[in-house]
Order: sequence, then structure tokens, then C-alpha cells
Amino acid sequence: MPNKPTQISNLEAIRNAIAVEMRLNPDIIVIGEGTGERGGCFAHTKGLFAEFGAERMLDTPISENGFTGMAIGAAATGLHPIVDLMFADFILDAMTQLVNQAAKIHFMSNGQIRVPMVLRASIGSTAAAAGQHSGVYYPLFMHIPGLKVVTYSTPADGYGLMRSALREPNPVIFLDHKGLFPVKGDAPAEDLLIPLGKARICQTGTDVTVVAASLMVQYALEAAAQLADNCAVEVIDMRTLSPLDMETVFASVEKTGRLLIVDESFPVCSMASEIAACVASERLYDLDAPIRRLNTLPIAHPFSPPLELATIPRTTQIRTAIEALMKE
Amino acid sequence: MKTTKTKDRCTRAQALDLYRQMFTIRYFETRGGELCRKGDIPAFIHLYVGEEAVAVGVCSQLHTSDMITSTHRGHGHALAKGADVRRLMAELYGRTDGYCGGRGGSMHIFAPEIGLLGTNGLVAGGIPSAVGAALTAKVKGTDGVAVAFFGDGGSNHGAFHESLNLASAFHLPVIFVCENNLYATATPLATIAGNPEIAQRAVAYGMPGAAVDGQDVLAVREATARAVARARAGDGPTLLECKTYRYVGHNEGDPVCGTYRTSEEVELWKLRDPLLLLERYFTTELGGDIAEVDAVRQQVTDDVEDAIVFAHNSPWPAAASLEAHRYAK
Repeated sequence: MPNKPTQISNLEAIRNAIAVEMRLNPDIIVIGEGTGERGGCFAHTKGLFAEFGAERMLDTPISENGFTGMAIGAAATGLHPIVDLMFADFILDAMTQLVNQAAKIHFMSNGQIRVPMVLRASIGSTAAAAGQHSGVYYPLFMHIPGLKVVTYSTPADGYGLMRSALREPNPVIFLDHKGLFPVKGDAPAEDLLIPLGKARICQTGTDVTVVAASLMVQYALEAAAQLADNCAVEVIDMRTLSPLDMETVFASVEKTGRLLIVDESFPVCSMASEIAACVASERLYDLDAPIRRLNTLPIAHPFSPPLELATIPRTTQIRTAIEALMKE
Repeated sequence: MKTTKTKDRCTRAQALDLYRQMFTIRYFETRGGELCRKGDIPAFIHLYVGEEAVAVGVCSQLHTSDMITSTHRGHGHALAKGADVRRLMAELYGRTDGYCGGRGGSMHIFAPEIGLLGTNGLVAGGIPSAVGAALTAKVKGTDGVAVAFFGDGGSNHGAFHESLNLASAFHLPVIFVCENNLYATATPLATIAGNPEIAQRAVAYGMPGAAVDGQDVLAVREATARAVARARAGDGPTLLECKTYRYVGHNEGDPVCGTYRTSEEVELWKLRDPLLLLERYFTTELGGDIAEVDAVRQQVTDDVEDAIVFAHNSPWPAAASLEAHRYAK
């Protein structure tokens, strides 16, 4: 038996997770644009067509509202679709189906109908993708009761979370960061399952808590490493953005008394604002300093690389923010 | 539009059953309107009065397991698909014994055990779901078909066009049933559609399309039978445009004529009332006895009145139950 690679990319990890679950569950199908024989615009479904065939790897017309709605009807009647929308920006075309149908049917039907589906899309600002291919948008989905929202920062987490998402009886928005697709990390154990709704403490520390998600976790870890001689930073990857695992955040803040939230979404009604509000409301007296937030600037993502770089939180800004917070 | 005048269009028993279903809708809706005005039904509802032949004709050709998706004007579809009048009325009342325990209401009635995948508050919102139900039937290899009901208003929504194309491209067993009652709330179709012949849109998507006399339940039944046979044989979708009419305002409380039509027009359509047409066919073509029709009407009246009492006496849901079904477990 050939040795399994010890390092794999995020992209490979998610693809493996989908393949494993598709082998176990014949009801899982993939619905998307160019996700069949082409293997997806990022090669993120490469090889699945060869194994599972055209009937389970459905190439669609560019009709996000229509095929997301089709997936909802399929989910409600016994299939478990993965809807692949390529870019989170394109989910906006399917919002009425997602919000008015998928998220509400279970509750409105008094539990008679389930909508088990995974809506997958890439997020984030990388490589000059500009104003209509760089959004993260997860706060829009966090706002909607009935949806679960997942994103990840390592291959193992992505693998374990995708496998769990494909066992969920609810609609799950599963977001891959484009900047993380090629990044490698430890290969997960094949049987790894990570429950939704649980944050991960990436590194423990006693001086300050940094909460982040997706690519921002990697930046936060870099910043923490640069400051390692001066302060012990606890870095938390939220992983599931809805429902938020606030207990893990509360426990960390009780210990450190300082909180920085790094969030690639725009600042208003963001992941950062929600976590800040929860901590201010429930753990105010554990805090030794004001809660600080770093978000993407509230502007359309600019194309030109120097402008783009200045738009989203980066390692240096996180480091500076931690240093400033330690002095407060 | 094709109407056949032969005696073999249906048996007397079938005609009586179709009449029973249409009268159930007519009486249920008429009483529903009254109860809405009285405040017993706590919100506005959209009545199906005048359009009964479409739901009944279409659903007469479906199995219980075949899925339908419906609209804001959905009580008729629910009843035609086999909904229990008591549970349906209780849902309109917002009570625990309703199909959704009061969580859905008139525009969100779900009853999967009778193949009702939801009435819908969003115009064209349920069309893609029907395509999805048809996809499930195809992937799982059952002989199931799905039906999407929608109005002339819905036929201008992107979801309609995307759904027709998807269903045709994938050869899915779905029937798109447009209930063209001429007005999207108060906007005449002719003023907002470059081509108001909705059935012709089928050509653009590579499927058969037919305009049907939506006041003639037998014509609807026959057109549906052809579409269902095609779908079950794996030959793909069909678009049926049923030309019909609502006698009431858009919703209960909305004026009957408003700014967009005349009372003369309404009265003209009532001359071709679907119940009247079927009753006439039953007595003249089939030689049926009007006493049988009267007996059906009496039975339906009793059943609906019983359902109203049932709904009225059903408990309100407890606020403490709100957390249930927030997520599926």
C-alpha cells in the first residue's frame, strides 16, 4: 500500500471529504457550473466526475436561482445535494431561494420537511479578483435563522467539517477561502469528523485572545508568532460562524481579559460585531481593555494589487493591533 | 384550445368525484373569506374561487406520492391533492392541529404525506422546488412526477425561465402548470408581456406547451394526462397554460374589480363557471341525476362546517414551543 501523503492542500482535503461521503451516501449529488467533467474552476471537483459520473455530477446552466431552488426541492424529497456556486458573490443571485425557502422550510413545515444540502462557494480577497469575485458575505448568511455557516483554515479542519456538513439535516453554507486552496497542512485521518458549532483553539495564550476565521486565522497565527517573545496570544478559529461557539470565546476572554477580532467581512453587522456584542454583553467585567476589531474596509474590493492589499486586514496590522491592545 | 364533447370523457362516478372536489374548494374558500373578514382567520388569504378546475383537473392525474408546489393562492391545490379539510382549516386559523401547527399559515402549507411540497408566499418561489422533486424522482429511479403551479404573474419571473430550461435540459419529469387568470394582482398580463401567450414560451425551452380551457375540468384532466404520460415515460417536461379566472379580489379584502377590470367581465366569466360546466355535462351528457349533485353539495357543506368548528376549537400553539424545529436534528 502506498504511503499516504502527510501534507495535503486545502483544496485536496475538501475534495477527498466529498469523495468519501459520496461513496458512503448515494443521495449526495453535486450541482454546479463546470463542476462535472471540467472539475471545477479551481480544479476543486477534479476526479469526482470520473468516479461518480454525470448523474451525480450535474453540470448546470448559469442559473443560480434556478438550480439552487432545484437543489432545495431535491433535498426536501430525499437527495443531499452539494450546490457549488464557485464564488460567494454569485450566491447573491440565489438569495431568495436560500433565505425564503431553504432556511425556512423546516421550521415553517413544523419539522415535517428537512432540507439537507451544502451550498459551497469560495470567498475572499486574493490575486486581484476585484469587486465582484472577492466578497466573503458570511454575515449575510449568519443573519438568517435556519442556516449553518462554516469556513475553515486548515486541510484537516476543512476535511472534518465538510464530512460533517454532508451529514447535517440542515442547509449548510460551506465557504472555502480562495487564498487557502493551495496552502498545505497536515493530512487528516481518514475517519476524521469535526462537529459543526465548535471553535478550535489554534494556540493557547494568557495575555490576549485573537478570534478569527478562514484566512485571517493564518494571518493571526503569523502575527502571534512574531510577538511570541513579548506576549502569549491565544488564537481561536471560529470554524462555524452560525451557530457561533461563544462558550469557547468566553472562556478565553475570562483568562486573557483582552479581545481582538479579525474578520475579513465588512465591519457593519459582521462576525466581529456580533462576537464583540456577545462578549460586551456577557463578559464585560472580565475585560481589562476595550474590545478591538479589524475588518475589511467598507468599500468595493479594488482591482489594483497595492489597493487590494490595503483593503483587508494583514499580518502587520494584526500585530500592530495586538501590540496596541496590550498597552491599553 | 380543444374541447371534446363526447360521453367518454369520464364516467359518472368520476364526474361526481371531480364535482365534489371542486365544490369542496368553492365552499371552503367562500367560508374562508367570511371567516377572514370576521377575524377568525388572523391574516389575509388569497382565494381560489373560479379557478377550481385547474387544481382538480391536474391533481386527478397524480399519485399521492407525486409532489406539487403551489402558490400564495394554494388552498385549492392542497385540497385537490388530498388535504384533510379539518387540518387545512386549522392551519389557516393558526392552530396546533393545522398541517404545520400554525407555523406556516395559508401561504406556507406543507403536507409531504399527500405530496404537497408547500404553498408559497413568493411568486414563482416554488417552481424550482418542483424541478428538484423531479430530479429526485429521476436520480432515485422512481416513476414520480412533480407539478409546479404558478400564475401568469409568476411566468415573468426569472425562476420560471430558469426552471423550464433546467427541466428541459435534464429531461426531468415535471409539469409546469400556469394558471393564467389574466392579472398579476391588478396588472393585466397583456400590458406587461411582449407575448401574452404563455404556452408559446415552451417552444423557447424545447418542450411541448399547450393552452388549455382552465374552466373545463375535463380539458385540464386530458391535457394533464398527456403531460403525465410523457413525464413518466422519461420524455421530459411540459408547460400547460390553463386559462382561468378568479371571481374575487387578489386577496380577501381587495375589491373584486379594482382599477383593472369590470363587473361585466367577471359576470361573463361566471357564465363558464367550472362547477356549472361540469354539472351540465353530468346531467345532460352523462344522464346524471341532479339529486346526486345536491347530495354531494350537502355532504361537502357539512364537512367544511365541521372543519370550521374543529379549527375553532383547536388549541393555540404555546409560545414555549417556538424553539422546536429551529434546526433539524
